[in-house]
Amino acid sequence: MTAFIIYKAIMCGAVFLLCLGAAAYATLWERKFAAFLQDRKGPSRAGWGGLLQPLADGVKMFMKEEIIPNVSNRSLFILGPSIFMVTAVITSSVIPWAKPVLINGVTYDLQITDINIGVIYLLGVASIGVYGIMIGGWASNNKFALLGAVRASSQMISYEIPMGIALIALIISSGGSLSLKEIVEGQDVGFANIVWQPLGFLIFFICALAETNRAPFDLPECETELVGGYHTEYSSMKLGLFLFAEYINMFISSAVMATMYFGGYNFPFAHELYAKLGLADGSVWISLIGFGALITKIFGFICLFMWIRWTLPRFRYDQLMNLGWKSLLPLSLLNLAITVAVEYFRGNIHF
Amino acid sequence: MLGYTITQWLFGVLSLMAIMFALMVVFTRNPVNSVLYLVLTFFCIAGHYLLLNAQFLAVVHIVVYAGAIMVLFLFIIMLMNLNADTEPRKHIVTRVIAGCIGGVLLFVMVGALKGAEQLQLVQGGSSQIGLVKNLGKVLFTEFLFPFEIASILLLSALVGAIMIGKREKTVEEIGN
Repeated sequence: MTAFIIYKAIMCGAVFLLCLGAAAYATLWERKFAAFLQDRKGPSRAGWGGLLQPLADGVKMFMKEEIIPNVSNRSLFILGPSIFMVTAVITSSVIPWAKPVLINGVTYDLQITDINIGVIYLLGVASIGVYGIMIGGWASNNKFALLGAVRASSQMISYEIPMGIALIALIISSGGSLSLKEIVEGQDVGFANIVWQPLGFLIFFICALAETNRAPFDLPECETELVGGYHTEYSSMKLGLFLFAEYINMFISSAVMATMYFGGYNFPFAHELYAKLGLADGSVWISLIGFGALITKIFGFICLFMWIRWTLPRFRYDQLMNLGWKSLLPLSLLNLAITVAVEYFRGNIHF
Repeated sequence: MLGYTITQWLFGVLSLMAIMFALMVVFTRNPVNSVLYLVLTFFCIAGHYLLLNAQFLAVVHIVVYAGAIMVLFLFIIMLMNLNADTEPRKHIVTRVIAGCIGGVLLFVMVGALKGAEQLQLVQGGSSQIGLVKNLGKVLFTEFLFPFEIASILLLSALVGAIMIGKREKTVEEIGN
């Protein structure tokens, strides 16, 4: 019992630190990447080539004056960013980070928890995340913040539906399990799910962009119309939490996409490589290599997110809604129908 | 711990919280707080589902009620800008009548539950029924017909909502 609790505590701590660290350096990478695309240098003064910039930003955020508007609803004003941060982090608990390790005859899963409804859990947490923005925006008692909050919530609700349907198609084609661990293990031998679900992945990716409020879907904080959107009235670390949670969300949704569509910690010819290196199942090195593969995929997705942000202009709000309801929803239904037909003729579904 | 198992402790704490939050839904004067307490109540009920080994039901409960329906409630209340002071103080007669009716309801419920401990509970199905695999199997074999009827009901509600939400055509548009 004690050993189990210690192992879980270490896992939780490690994943939490991984999320925070990855998000912190994603902020630096975002600025570097933008600078690269715009032919600039980017932040380069703090540390070696700007490596300590996230630390400097964090210290700055903590040191700034904290302002809570007089006319705001004080408790809800503080609750908003807290909820947003918590929901961003707890999504990471169902992601399998690497292959199980065998230490002293005991197998340790490198995943906080393997619940048999992992995929629905992800959707559930994503649907709770909108409360942070809504409560924060409303409690500010500011018209721009309220408009931003309303935009955010309607956008997130709209894009959750095609996202869910794309996931249903993925689950049907990957063998019917809702556990992320089993979805990854199903991609161990044979092709990754992206081969069977190219359209589903495209829909999921667009919805992930919208759910994380990244450009070109960053209308909730559209500064040309709404000053700062839902975080107009926020300052100091509360603003920091909102901005930081966006990067955590981006990291986690990249991890989810890598896990569900691109094989997670698996990579092509992995078994051949392990056999050549003479590594037995359960070796720490296999887990480390697998973890490296997953992180590489996540990094690729984060770069894609940033590339899109610094390339595409922002949508208009009616275009956003039309895209969600009139293009993505029918497309995802079509994808579901095609998937069911294909799986039926492959003999994986019986009526 | 005091002769109770962890599950019993969890049950007790969750029940207490659920009842407390449910009462707060009624007692707070600010409608936004009311909705947020209702969301917390839903979370406590989802916790009860988890204790019953019905994980699928628990998460779907959160996705549908807390994640979708209550967000829309919150949406409307925020846009209408209802505050504590827009809620009118009820007249004394109304309060007395409400108290009497509530007391009678309590009386009926106590009467109804008085003999409850003599009932023998019949365990229906296995304890694994709440898992998504078993639930799906039962829904699509034994309860297929009610399931399809429910989906038709939902579809008709959907069509009705679209009909109500549609903008009515103006005279010029009909003329064209």
